Amino acid sequence: MNKIDDINQIGLLDENQITEFSQHAGEIEHPRELIIDILRAVQLNHGWVPDEGVELTAKILGLTPIEVEEIATFYDKIFRQPVGRYPIHICDSVCCWSRGGEELAEHLQQTLGVAFGQTTEDGLFTLLPSCCLGGCGRAPGVMIHQSFYGPLNPETVDKLIADLRQEGQG
Amino acid sequence: MSQVPQLLFKNRRPGETVFIDGYRATGGYQPLEKAFREMTPVELRELVKSSNLRGRGGAGFPTGVKWTFFPADAPGPKYLVCNCDEMEPGTYKDGELLMADPHQLVEGMIVSAYALQTDVGYIFIRYAYEKQAEYLRRAIAEAKEAGYIGKNILGSGFDFELHVHGSAGRYILGEETALLNGLEGQRPNPRLKPPFPATRGLFGQPTTVNNVETIANIPHIISGGAEWFRDLALTPEGSGTKLFGLSGHLNCTECFELPVGIRLGEVVETYGQGVWKNRKFKACLPGGASTPYLTEEHMDVALDFMSLEKVGSRFGTAGVTVFDDQTCMVAATLNLIQFFARESCGWCTPCRDGLSMVRWLLEKFETGKGSPEHLDMLKDQLQNISGNSFCALAEGAMGPVAGLLTHFEQEIIDHIEKGRCPFKS
Repeated sequence: MNKIDDINQIGLLDENQITEFSQHAGEIEHPRELIIDILRAVQLNHGWVPDEGVELTAKILGLTPIEVEEIATFYDKIFRQPVGRYPIHICDSVCCWSRGGEELAEHLQQTLGVAFGQTTEDGLFTLLPSCCLGGCGRAPGVMIHQSFYGPLNPETVDKLIADLRQEGQG
Repeated sequence: MSQVPQLLFKNRRPGETVFIDGYRATGGYQPLEKAFREMTPVELRELVKSSNLRGRGGAGFPTGVKWTFFPADAPGPKYLVCNCDEMEPGTYKDGELLMADPHQLVEGMIVSAYALQTDVGYIFIRYAYEKQAEYLRRAIAEAKEAGYIGKNILGSGFDFELHVHGSAGRYILGEETALLNGLEGQRPNPRLKPPFPATRGLFGQPTTVNNVETIANIPHIISGGAEWFRDLALTPEGSGTKLFGLSGHLNCTECFELPVGIRLGEVVETYGQGVWKNRKFKACLPGGASTPYLTEEHMDVALDFMSLEKVGSRFGTAGVTVFDDQTCMVAATLNLIQFFARESCGWCTPCRDGLSMVRWLLEKFETGKGSPEHLDMLKDQLQNISGNSFCALAEGAMGPVAGLLTHFEQEIIDHIEKGRCPFKS
């Protein structure tokens, strides 16, 4: 088995995080309960969870990579493939649908020139369909990095994209 | 509107979150002091039972009765888990409650844990509610600082620790046994019941799982009493207030705390300020995406568990999603089924294959390729799926399909006869 440092060559977690997670895992009776916490930390640092992220999580928790992989692949908010800097989760559930969600999704696909599941060439945006985001009273909306934006229309979403583009290129 | 008693939203102000000082200023943590100084765990459980509080997470099971199944006096580790996975379309009330006043849940968790004698609690919270999770962590730290969480709380000899556990998406985690698997770091398929969580739950130990709004009600019941709580409802059998999250084709789509038993018409007209664009009301989901539709004829129905069951629907989570008269109900139901089919965990055949079949059939109708045989197949699927799935997901998914067949079968037939969706020009 590889050592943590060997697995973590690309710096998926910083040293403090590794120490904290390892310590916490040693203190609790069921270290497995930290799987999602560690995967989310890896994703926050790296944007997505590469194979090394799965191995690293397994190593910290004393599990096999497949035990982590079967959890990682269950959840749609854990990315096992590269995504853009701003993954855009577009809600396609009924409340957003009833207030123009389909038109918003269509507009975003045209504006960004990508279909669902694809990333823009500049690496900034990935478009992903999502189930209800809990913003039903502010429909239609999207979630970017765990923040909800809504209600949106073509004009306000263009503004949002422009702001993020500026931030992403700056 | 101002005369409606506000318990859960008492401290709610637009764009603000109340923490410990503000929470205490309106009586926060007094119920906890009362419970720990003046009441035994048994008395607390009796109080909740006599309040008639029913679960606010959708199923509506009486909380006090659920608690009687819990072996509070058994030795060994026991857990109290709060379900804040809130992912059913149209349901956003718990998110609103936690944005406004997170200490209510924290206080509710502590007194509920005392009542059930569980020394560890978890709040399981969905990925999209990261802000709420952050507020909860702050509220928990403040409660610890105040001596309400930790060892020997208020000299009672009772210890309690409380954790926030973040998730990473997927509606199935709202099913309580799937949630427990998720919390343990197992693949979150639902578990076979029995054994029920009260016997073997989290890490194989006795566990109670309750919804956010349910738990947040407990401190209010302690301070106001069971009779007062029951009298808040407008129906004789109901109790308490309810958070109604409005959405869809209304002029006002906000979340309100209203008495249990309020008429649908009042919710739509007074609080939703009527249907948008001067259109007419056609149908609504009264309690989230898994509840059968209500129609215009139901405007006088009291929104409560029993009265909604009588008209073939469910109170659910009281997330009211309204559709105007230009809505194609086949398309609306197709959207709902797409959600459930995608969120199926794939564990059992009726859900995994059945919901895909229903989606396929509804797509046939909506794209003008449906036939009378397809309609018969849809009715068959209702029989084949409902009551035959491993957990409640597929059962709930078929709620709107049942409503479609009960109230809007003619609309399906119109699609078949015209060979297209009659709502699209």
